[in-house]
Amino acid sequence: MIIAEQKPLDEIKSMIADYQKVLILGCGTCVTICFAGGEKEVGALASALRMATRLDGQNKEFIEATVQRQCEYEFNEEVADLIEEADVVLSLACGIGVQTMNEQFPNKLTLPGLNTAFLGQPVEQGVWDERCQACGDCVLYLTGGICPIARCSKSLLNGPCGGSQNGKCEVNPEIDCAWQLIYDRLQALDRLDLMMEVKPAKDWSTSRDGGPRKIVREDLRLTFVEEKQS
Amino acid sequence: MKAGSNLEKVLTAGYFAATGELGPPQSADTAVIEKKAGYLKGYVDAVNITDCQTAVVRMSSMAVAVMLLRLGLEPTMQMTCRDRNRIAIQSDLLGAAALGIKNLLCLTGDHQVFGNHPTAKNVFDLDSMQLLSMVKGLRDDRRFQCGDEVKGPEPRFFIGAAANPFADPFDFRPYRLAKKAKAGADFIQTQIVFNVPKFREYMKRVVDLGVHEQCYILAGVAPIKSFGAARYMATKVPGMDVPDEIVQRMKATPKEKQAEEGIKVCVEVIQQVREIPGVAGVHIMAIEWEESVAEITAQAGLLPRPAV
Ligand code: SF4
Ligand code: SF4
Repeated sequence: MIIAEQKPLDEIKSMIADYQKVLILGCGTCVTICFAGGEKEVGALASALRMATRLDGQNKEFIEATVQRQCEYEFNEEVADLIEEADVVLSLACGIGVQTMNEQFPNKLTLPGLNTAFLGQPVEQGVWDERCQACGDCVLYLTGGICPIARCSKSLLNGPCGGSQNGKCEVNPEIDCAWQLIYDRLQALDRLDLMMEVKPAKDWSTSRDGGPRKIVREDLRLTFVEEKQS
Repeated sequence: MKAGSNLEKVLTAGYFAATGELGPPQSADTAVIEKKAGYLKGYVDAVNITDCQTAVVRMSSMAVAVMLLRLGLEPTMQMTCRDRNRIAIQSDLLGAAALGIKNLLCLTGDHQVFGNHPTAKNVFDLDSMQLLSMVKGLRDDRRFQCGDEVKGPEPRFFIGAAANPFADPFDFRPYRLAKKAKAGADFIQTQIVFNVPKFREYMKRVVDLGVHEQCYILAGVAPIKSFGAARYMATKVPGMDVPDEIVQRMKATPKEKQAEEGIKVCVEVIQQVREIPGVAGVHIMAIEWEESVAEITAQAGLLPRPAV
């Protein structure tokens, strides 16, 4: 899922400085699960902002709401009245939700209350690790199910580099060396043969490097039948 | 001959090779390069020019390599994957070959967090293995990475790669070396060897795989300037193995004699690795202490360097 964390309160305060009535809009999916932008966090942020702005001598109004998925129009439509009423929307969704809101309500500015961090997994209570960079050409079948693109600090396809030591990455002793993990897993699976092949240069055009990406599924498009007939 | 460099000739003629290293300045100063080159000239067969080592901005490897050519030394240009994609690298390779550079060392590159621009965006379009394949493809197949033909003279390099016998997983390191040879490496320069027994074990496995017959393996060595430097390398540099015995030996030496002792340790390591089957030479990394190379090579009996 998408992992995010709340921006520092001071940054949020300066973003909303020019607005009186602020709708804090949470999202009920990924950011709820990672405790960054669900209903609970909307409530907590609203209280914190009420208190902070009052101490600053301001008299701002904060409205709270949370939709099920801010990255889809139909859910945001449910709170259209609240959006209309507010001077600005402070979104606690990921960057996708923020952009959906800005597209859907062009007359209202929606601000990001979170920093969208990565695609990851909760590894223990309160700890999330990155797992995928959405490179568009998954190589997990070659690497024992451990992603070298997202988890090796240099995205090496032929690791481990010379900085791998005691299972840790040269970049930081807090980071597991992805290629040590891959090696161990392939060894356990008796598939070390996969480590012996020189993997060719990756086609990064399916990754962000090819520009903004798009998937079109003609079989799912509503215009599909019409187009075929014409 | 693949590129006809001095280093290639020395190695193919069966001499025990000695290469050196020169770290470019963090400025546009040419005098310092001339000075360092003077410390190395005549003592080594080729000189590696680092490519913004530890991700600190320095004068470009290619520019310094050309200066060395003018000064009558043979450069080995280092190229990392950190700062350039396949387009920039191949462009630089065409230029380097046109300017007369004949040895190229292909590296992944240190991560930028270690350097003076930790907020930079890195590239890593290729890794060192893929870089080797690309350089070999340009030379042997006259093809760019995309498959297009090189119309005109192709860039011809004697291709080098690095290997760290002391990094983990130890069991995989000889195979990784074999991969580099398969990908295109003609010669290898290893991480600095202080732990000779461990290196000996590594080389045994390398020889068992027959990799020493596919490429020339130069053992990395370096003089340690002080006890502080020894302790730093032992504890702070990832992938470096400095046995406690050496750290203690430096500690036990009076401060004013530590540099001399460091040179002695280096010479001893050279003499030991020279006896290890499969070792074709040494790569002396006396970065910021280039003036020690004359003494190291003399004491280790590596002089005069062969004229080939
Ligand atoms: S290989 Fe690509 S798609 Fe697969 S997990 Fe890694 S980044 Fe994601
Ligand atoms: S130490 Fe491991 S994870 Fe870190 S850059 Fe090297 S191979 Fe990748």
